[in-house]
Amino acid sequence: MAAVPAIDAAPRRRRLPTSLIVGTGLLGAILLLAVLGPLLSPYDLDAMRIDLRLAPPSAAHWLGTDEFGRDVASRVLNGAQSSLLMGFGATAVSLAIGVPLGLVAGYYRGWTDEVIMRAVDVMISLPPIILGLLILSVTTPSLWKTVLAVGFVYVPIMTRLTRSVTLEVATEEYIQAARARVESGWYILFREILPNAWPPIIVESALRVTFAMLLAAALSFLGLGVQPPASDWGLMIAEARPFVTQAPWIVGGAGTALCVTVIAINLFGDGLREALDPRLSRRR
Amino acid sequence: MIGYVIKRLLSIVLTMAIMSVLIFWITQVMPGNVAYMILGDFAAPADIATLEAKLGLNDPAHVQYWRWASGLLRGDLGMSLVMERPIGPILADTVSKSAILAGISIGLVALVGIAVGVYAGVRHGKPADHVVSVATYLNIAVPEFLFAIVVVMLFAGYLNWFPATGYSDLSNGFGAWARHIVLPVATLVLGLMAHISRLTRSSMIDTMQSQYVRAARARGLSEWLVIRRHALPNALLPTITVLAIDVGIMMGGIVVVETIFSYPGLGRLLMFAIQNMDVPLLQACMIVITFVYAAANLTADLLYAFLNPRVRYGRSAGD
Repeated sequence: MAAVPAIDAAPRRRRLPTSLIVGTGLLGAILLLAVLGPLLSPYDLDAMRIDLRLAPPSAAHWLGTDEFGRDVASRVLNGAQSSLLMGFGATAVSLAIGVPLGLVAGYYRGWTDEVIMRAVDVMISLPPIILGLLILSVTTPSLWKTVLAVGFVYVPIMTRLTRSVTLEVATEEYIQAARARVESGWYILFREILPNAWPPIIVESALRVTFAMLLAAALSFLGLGVQPPASDWGLMIAEARPFVTQAPWIVGGAGTALCVTVIAINLFGDGLREALDPRLSRRR
Repeated sequence: MIGYVIKRLLSIVLTMAIMSVLIFWITQVMPGNVAYMILGDFAAPADIATLEAKLGLNDPAHVQYWRWASGLLRGDLGMSLVMERPIGPILADTVSKSAILAGISIGLVALVGIAVGVYAGVRHGKPADHVVSVATYLNIAVPEFLFAIVVVMLFAGYLNWFPATGYSDLSNGFGAWARHIVLPVATLVLGLMAHISRLTRSSMIDTMQSQYVRAARARGLSEWLVIRRHALPNALLPTITVLAIDVGIMMGGIVVVETIFSYPGLGRLLMFAIQNMDVPLLQACMIVITFVYAAANLTADLLYAFLNPRVRYGRSAGD
């Protein structure tokens, strides 16, 4: 570390980025709606009203009804859980696999590094959605399998990122000190390196959540993710597609919910990056 | 440079080999018995056993893999179980149709995306730049399948300008062909444009603040000349390589778009193979996609190395 000039060291509270504030607020509201969804929804999710098929929005049904006469607003509200679960769940999966792999590859180097990174190279030799399709095509689809598959797709990115941060942190003096104390490899990896490597990993994860969410929605849309009669945004859009000109409110409701959620998480992630990485915010 | 190319080519050969093992292994786990699929659900057990023996389904996995992989190397992709035709010609036809779709789309993405990015980058901080930034930010949040549905609803449903789905061969006339391809292309372009224009914008901003652009301005060159001759060539370096990567990303979008628009390309064939559990067809599609994706990534790397002397001469080539 270069010595910090005294002038720069003057205490000046940095203001939180606007995108972080807006993103956190939006995301908080969405999370709250997702948790309270089952309580707030005015109708039973699967309650069908054949006499009310594809009814336009009204006072009774704010977002109209679908082809089975089910209340769209209730289903959109409850779809939040499924989408958020897939986005955050898949990211958690990719973190749980990718971060240890990256730590090991970046710290031990040598053939361990070589093997892990070659494996990662193979995994990214298919486009994400195709890799997801390949994994899901051989099993009967379900929500948690989609979460696992999408999480698996993003393991290479997490591994590469963690490895590159680890390479940097591993040269620090406190790591040499830990080694001199003959600490265990596990201790050095998870107690010394990881706490100092997390900011870029957290930022990448925040942005990865939206990729995971959109990929999971696309897979559900293609019929290889969440299965009917679940209320999932990707699935709702797929089911409403044949009626889109007669009943645009179904696609409109679920689509808007999906996009707003993605924008909220993107704002949160960008804000986080700005807050945690001052170099970046100064450049732009 | 030649050493670099050879190294990259070798790594692709290795990746393809490992990928072929993976694809074969994963798809073998697929539910459904191949012999049953050919003979139907009510076939006699004896017939099933005979056919399994004839197709070599009881051989050890590595023997089956080698039979398949050596066939691939000879250009024999096997037979489709559902269509009962050789896969090679089917794939050639669908790949060429997808290539047309992707080619037109990537060309338009490049043209429009770069133009928008340069426009915003040059007007950094002005209202036009903010409009572009917000628009691209929103654009990124919209998945391709949603764009497709909205486009169909507007231009096929309400306005009735273009057909909602389907494909018309060029032999039926250019007009019919073009009318069928407009909406799929529009969807793919909308899906990728924000990516390119954001990247072009930020690299344009960096370049416009660089020493050599300042030097060019100091020599009294007109702003247009500064942008065209000095800033643009440097700003486009990352864009061009990302465009090659986007060809790979577009392959994902193509699956969605071809499914929605019933466009008879590789993506729809892949979904057909998955839905009908046509294992040989699925394997062939996956191999072709892996190959095209690898080729696109290689092109990206080589273009970057060719255009950026720092990589070409060694040191910072990364891992």
